[in-house]
Amino acid sequence: MTPRRKRLMLAATVLGGTAIAVVLVINAFRSNLVFFYSPSDIAAAKAPKDRTFRLGGLVEEGSVKRQSDGVTVRFVVTDTAKSIPVEYRGILPDLFKEGKGVVTQGRIENDGVFRAQEVLAKHDENYMPPEAADAVERAHKAATQSRETLKAAGN
Amino acid sequence: MLPEIGHFALVVALFVSVALAVLPVVGAARGNVAWMSFARPAANAQFVLIALAFGCLMASFYNNDFSVVNVANNSNSSLPTAYRLAASWGSHEGSMLLWLLMLAGWTCAVSLLSRSLPLPMVSRVLGVMGFVSIGFLLFVLLTSNPFQRLLPPAQDGRDLNPLLQDPGMVIHPPMLYMGYVGFAVAFAFAVAALLAGRFDAAWARWSRPWTTAAWMFLTIGIALGSWWAYYELGWGGWWFWDPVENASFMPWIAGTALLHSLAVAEKRGAFKAWTVLLAIAAFSLSLLGTFLVRSGVLTSVHAFATDPARGIFILLFLGIVIGGSLALYGWRAGSVGFAGRFDRVSRESLLLANNVLLAAATGAVMLGTLYPLALDALGLGKISVGTPYFEAVFVPLMAPVVLLMGVGPMARWKSADVGELAQRLKWPALASVLGAVLLPLAAGRWSLGVAFGLLLAAWVFTTTAVVVMQRTRSGGGQLLRQPRSFWGMVLAHLGVGIFIVGVTMVRGYETERDVKMNFGDSVAVGGYRFTLHGVDEITGPNYLAARGRVEVQKEGGGPSFTMHPEKRIYKVQRMPMTEAAIDTGFTRDLYVSLGEALDGGGWTVRVYHKPFVDWIWGGAFVMALGALVAITDRRYRVAPKPATEASPLAAAT
Repeated sequence: MTPRRKRLMLAATVLGGTAIAVVLVINAFRSNLVFFYSPSDIAAAKAPKDRTFRLGGLVEEGSVKRQSDGVTVRFVVTDTAKSIPVEYRGILPDLFKEGKGVVTQGRIENDGVFRAQEVLAKHDENYMPPEAADAVERAHKAATQSRETLKAAGN
Repeated sequence: MLPEIGHFALVVALFVSVALAVLPVVGAARGNVAWMSFARPAANAQFVLIALAFGCLMASFYNNDFSVVNVANNSNSSLPTAYRLAASWGSHEGSMLLWLLMLAGWTCAVSLLSRSLPLPMVSRVLGVMGFVSIGFLLFVLLTSNPFQRLLPPAQDGRDLNPLLQDPGMVIHPPMLYMGYVGFAVAFAFAVAALLAGRFDAAWARWSRPWTTAAWMFLTIGIALGSWWAYYELGWGGWWFWDPVENASFMPWIAGTALLHSLAVAEKRGAFKAWTVLLAIAAFSLSLLGTFLVRSGVLTSVHAFATDPARGIFILLFLGIVIGGSLALYGWRAGSVGFAGRFDRVSRESLLLANNVLLAAATGAVMLGTLYPLALDALGLGKISVGTPYFEAVFVPLMAPVVLLMGVGPMARWKSADVGELAQRLKWPALASVLGAVLLPLAAGRWSLGVAFGLLLAAWVFTTTAVVVMQRTRSGGGQLLRQPRSFWGMVLAHLGVGIFIVGVTMVRGYETERDVKMNFGDSVAVGGYRFTLHGVDEITGPNYLAARGRVEVQKEGGGPSFTMHPEKRIYKVQRMPMTEAAIDTGFTRDLYVSLGEALDGGGWTVRVYHKPFVDWIWGGAFVMALGALVAITDRRYRVAPKPATEASPLAAAT
């Protein structure tokens, strides 16, 4: 082989390897994205049925109920407009509290209950997870808008 | 008074670093010896000034000076002394000052340990580092002054975040920063070489020990962070592919690639342009990590405050550094060339494959880390990329790296004989496959994942053993005559093997149970019986805690011992904290943490059995030890004779 051909081979090998890596990465990336939905999105049936996603909002006051086995917990996540019941089996993070923001990851089941595989830990009491804040804010906006539409219609 | 002295020292340091960034570099370009000689004293003075500032900050924390905003926000008079001192870098402002101190420290170290380097080279390297410190000094002075006064002073401080009140937190940030900032040295050497337009084996040999040192610290820093998360967050994971972790992991992967390409650049004079690019990339990723973690883009324990000005400043600086160095690279790299000829099968080609794979892995981690941030910033919705993505990508990319790791050190430079390699690899391959098939059976449950992991680990151990035997047979028979850099490599590779064993065993055989326990209840996990006898109220220096008494006994008898998991409430921040009890062993950890007190007595309790989990961090420390051994190699200490310096082959061992 001439040095020129050798170098071409080398370049081809490197490019080929990189191409395989890129395909691999993009594939894994597309199938593993986790989207975020608010309780209102779920109520409007925007959330997928067969896929893991994140749900965020506030833990409704007085909604946390421990089941008889002691480790399964049910609570309600709300964005102040709509509410979704959530079930989680396991120990909740230290800063999980009623009335505070929460982000959970899991799937919605046919009975309309969100089965969380993960309740995300926070590091600071006053910190609101951005997803949760976003959900509440969007619900507020939607509420204000519909009020204005009603007013406009009434005039 | 002390805070003002500290602040003033920083202002003076800024002037010194401006002078350091300008005079020696211009001097080197013009051949002005007087200007170049300014570099060393300026570098030393800069370090003294910044160390003085840092000392003033620590003194304010030590003295409980709550008239300083930083102290009032992050400390408290009841905080134990060690944590009060560590609180100096427990806030955004303090940690940026620590960054600066590390940078000044590295700069000073280069100035003191570079006696054998030609003056123009030293001047340029120190000048570039001076330029970087201008950026960070401005950042601290303009956006994050740690000495800001509070009027009127607070009665007492708001205390340090309880998660950070931990010995791991005392050493994790300094180690991590030593690593991050250490890549500034590799970067400075690369830019200095671009400025000079001169690349030779000597250049690679000079920057190699510095890069290895930075990589060592970064490895330790990341391992400590992972260990901290494992025992402090109370749920027993050791890596979460969290953006903050990825921020430190990206420079590590790029740095690993750089270490290997520097070897080729030094021994064979090849891959020079690529090496320079990697040096730029490793440091840019360190800066990117700093930006991600410190700007408030990510919300985590590391993001102390959200201030857009800070994020924009770092982003701007990042742009100048990356843009500037890449422009310089584009302008000059043409003259560097992709020199060196080698065959398809040779150590060079194997190291090239290593580099391509590591670069791809860096890119993959970067995509998963930055894409969600970019979408969010553009208002296109919130998504997250979790562990499944990173695992799906990382394992297939790293497995070939590990396989190559066995072959590379055996292959000859320039051209390796495939038949000879196959002959040498025969026994390791056979032993690894046998091990992969049999060992999981011995452990109790065979699974493909475990077999594959153990195959990789066994491959690393056996091929490394063959390399050592081959070296000692051909190298005069004496093990001790091998250079330390060789032993460093052997150790680091063994560390990777140990790490793989840990990861594989934990993934394959760990048991995690969340259970409800009344007093007197028992649960069996991983061959041990855990009995909750009671929970007591105790009072710590600055917290109250419920402290469990959990008796542990091996099933089938044996001595029993008691573990004490705690649930703490810190008095000042009123923040609950889970303090897990861990019984560490060579082949397993037992991990118990308290959940919540239940109505009707009893607690929810987390009981884990984690086989070989400590091998994960053990492996990382063995890697770091390998780096330490490599740095002490004789050839980095001895000034090369002028005659041999010109020949890239002279350094080949």
